[in-house]
Amino acid sequence: MAERIQQLEMKHISKRFPGVLALDDVSITLKNGEILALLGENGAGKTTLMNILYGLYHQDEGTVLIDNEVIHVKSPKDALLHKIGMVHQHFMLVPNLTVLENIALGYFQNTRFKLDLGLVRKKMMDISVRYDMAVNPDAYIWQLSVGEQQRVELVKTLTLGANLLILDEPTAALTPQQTDELIDLLKEMAKDNNSIIFISHKLNEVKTVSSKIAVLRNGKLVHEGPTGSYSVTELAEQMAGRQINLPKSPEKSKFGDVMLDIKKVWAHNDQGAWGLQGLDLQLKAGEILGIAGVSGNGQKELADVINGVRKVEKGDILLDNWNITNHSAQKIIDQGLGYIPEDRLHEGTLPAFSVRENLILKDYTTSQMSSSIFLKKKVIDSFAEDLIETFNIKCPDMYTSCASLSGGNIQKVILAREITRKPKVLIAAYPIRGLDIGAAEYVHQRLIEARGAGMAVLLISEELEEILDLCDRIAVIYEGKILKVLSGSEADNRKLGLLMAGVTDEE
Amino acid sequence: MKNNEEKKKQKQERLLNLFIVVAALLVALFIGALLFIIAKGNPFKAYSVMFTRPFTSLFGITEILVRAAPLMLVGLGIAIAFRSGILNIGGEGQILIGAIAGAAVALAFPGLPKIILLPMIFMASFLGGALWGGIAGWMRSYLNVNEILSTVMLNYIAMQVYMFLLRGPLIDPKEVSYGTGVPQTAVFSKSAWLAKLIPGTRLHSGIIIAIVLAVAVYILLWKTTIGYRMRAVGIEPKAARTAGMNVQWYLLLAMLLSGGFAGMAGAVEITGVHHRALESISAGYGFSGIVVALFGGLHPLGIIPSSIVFGLLIVGSDMMQRAVNVPASIILSIQGLIILAIVSAQIFLVNPKYKEKMLWILGFNARLKNRNKGERR
Repeated sequence: MAERIQQLEMKHISKRFPGVLALDDVSITLKNGEILALLGENGAGKTTLMNILYGLYHQDEGTVLIDNEVIHVKSPKDALLHKIGMVHQHFMLVPNLTVLENIALGYFQNTRFKLDLGLVRKKMMDISVRYDMAVNPDAYIWQLSVGEQQRVELVKTLTLGANLLILDEPTAALTPQQTDELIDLLKEMAKDNNSIIFISHKLNEVKTVSSKIAVLRNGKLVHEGPTGSYSVTELAEQMAGRQINLPKSPEKSKFGDVMLDIKKVWAHNDQGAWGLQGLDLQLKAGEILGIAGVSGNGQKELADVINGVRKVEKGDILLDNWNITNHSAQKIIDQGLGYIPEDRLHEGTLPAFSVRENLILKDYTTSQMSSSIFLKKKVIDSFAEDLIETFNIKCPDMYTSCASLSGGNIQKVILAREITRKPKVLIAAYPIRGLDIGAAEYVHQRLIEARGAGMAVLLISEELEEILDLCDRIAVIYEGKILKVLSGSEADNRKLGLLMAGVTDEE
Repeated sequence: MKNNEEKKKQKQERLLNLFIVVAALLVALFIGALLFIIAKGNPFKAYSVMFTRPFTSLFGITEILVRAAPLMLVGLGIAIAFRSGILNIGGEGQILIGAIAGAAVALAFPGLPKIILLPMIFMASFLGGALWGGIAGWMRSYLNVNEILSTVMLNYIAMQVYMFLLRGPLIDPKEVSYGTGVPQTAVFSKSAWLAKLIPGTRLHSGIIIAIVLAVAVYILLWKTTIGYRMRAVGIEPKAARTAGMNVQWYLLLAMLLSGGFAGMAGAVEITGVHHRALESISAGYGFSGIVVALFGGLHPLGIIPSSIVFGLLIVGSDMMQRAVNVPASIILSIQGLIILAIVSAQIFLVNPKYKEKMLWILGFNARLKNRNKGERR
């Protein structure tokens, strides 16, 4: 086998973007066989640092050394020549090509005109056998599950000759069981003289997988050291720079009436197959019900049918005993439904609209805000001012466009709008995805308050911790059906993980 | 304190916007100058004639406004459509259908008093244009047909319908009896004529109608729930749908209004300038209107000055043609160059790196200076 990178050093790296210092004098080292976990909140500079190493950005100051030689990585292609490979959070695979063809894409750039698929196949199979990662070279990417695609990404990166791997949030879309498998695999690779940089904000994983930890905060390296010497809570505090306690909802035994009753609902997904297959679910006032599941098992379709933006083929949906099946979205909103959508920038807000205009998105037709067709400027101004204040939305003024806010603040705009309307039922889809811990804490606090105010909250999430912390009951969704509903106290990581993989008969 | 800074920043942004638009215009004129040189004309003389001579006579000034009126109306329609996320390239066809619908009403009820007949003509033109725009809007909303293709194709159909009606059912009986057969309608009765603002010129009250409508469009788009929905649909249809809006209907509505405004541009031309419908009624206003709308920042109140600038370009280029002996059609190339320049200049507003440089050029150099200091360290 070719030579391995013995030591990587990034020294005094600084990087500025207009108006921000993204990285401020950051230095890290990584030796052969080590797994370095790079921790930090969103915007702390993890991805910027890795993009510099991978040649997507260039540092303003500082040097990168491999085996004590300064290198200049100009592009990802350059990075590969230096045996540095990266697996992005969103896989860089072409769905309509086979596994083999996808891997050959990287090769194609190295040889001018000729594409030797046979050679690529041989190399790839070598890697696959060596690390015991079964992949079918002739399968099309779109046929593969997320976990399998990840394996393809890893095989691809190794086949292209990398032995320093950068993994950007590799476990974001995996079930707990798949995550465990990945962690074992990474450890195996490290033993085989590869080095790995693992970007994550899931502290438990970081604890088990890494041998070394570097914590970034606001572009500065605030901590570096071996993994063993710090506890999970200490690391969390390092990341946030303050004490944090993610709120847990207090246990509760009495709930109100059924507010949302979903009866054997069938609906198509975007591909025209059945996305929901007779889904049954009841949601009561004053409870938080979690929907746990690997993404793509009907969560999106479920949120859509409740909101009236996807057609229900069979079955009924009752909101506070009103049949809302296939009503228009507007009617359902008027009936008392609040929605915190998955895609907060493009579904939850109008990015180019001001904060003020976004805050009235669901109420602009009320007699309070408009008379006949004319918007009441003064009422809206004071309404927006109130909400910005109450929900502590950080924006220069209410006329700032929503797109220029941070993810956490955009989510606050949506929360402010949806909760202030006092809906009977509130659907929250992946409400903390991509948010830093501080913002997540805030969102959870508000959801618990909504529950306290008697709203029925449906929380769709793939973060088990979030679900276990908040939910009174947990429903596991699998292939468009609710597989089982557990009470919050009887559920745990392992049980949920098995159910999410479709296993019901564990006893 | 922070608020003040933000306001200052906003002011800078606005200045930057203006600067970019003017710079784009200058770049387009510079490239246009090369065209003049190729056409063996003196660009300095050509431009000086173009931009100054129209102002030296009452005729020139009034002509600018005569041209600006239809441009403004088409531009307003285009802005409504663009703001609602639908690209209307069919202004030309909508003008023609609007014009012929208005002409039909004018010819059918010659005896009605002005106060009834003129609104009827404008209403008919509006409906005609709205029908033509609405076809494309409906196809986009409910059949998912790309509106750029459909509006362009509908232009051709409109041209044929228009010419068929002018040659056949609506032709001036005199043209038939004299045997000349020029495709045009009879002259309307006086009660279908827009009032002249200045006797002895062609300037008519259409410009006032256009300005009033510009203000109305501003109110519609920014002060009403309907405009709120239309803009929401234009910015992010997914979010609009999630918020309960009927996206398809608002796309259709935008095209109805957009076509209607172009139709009214046709009405202004037949009632204000020609007093009949004739073959070359539009003079490319349907396409120039797109440039007017973009140049005016897709804002009704920006479209007022922008349409006057383009009125000047048209009148000026006519005068230039006589003075420099270069074909006036070169002005079409310059219009095209202006679109390209403005669209390309967007990079200076979108890309922060360029934006910073631009702000520096304008003298707002605080940030860049800091950065340089940092780098020198």
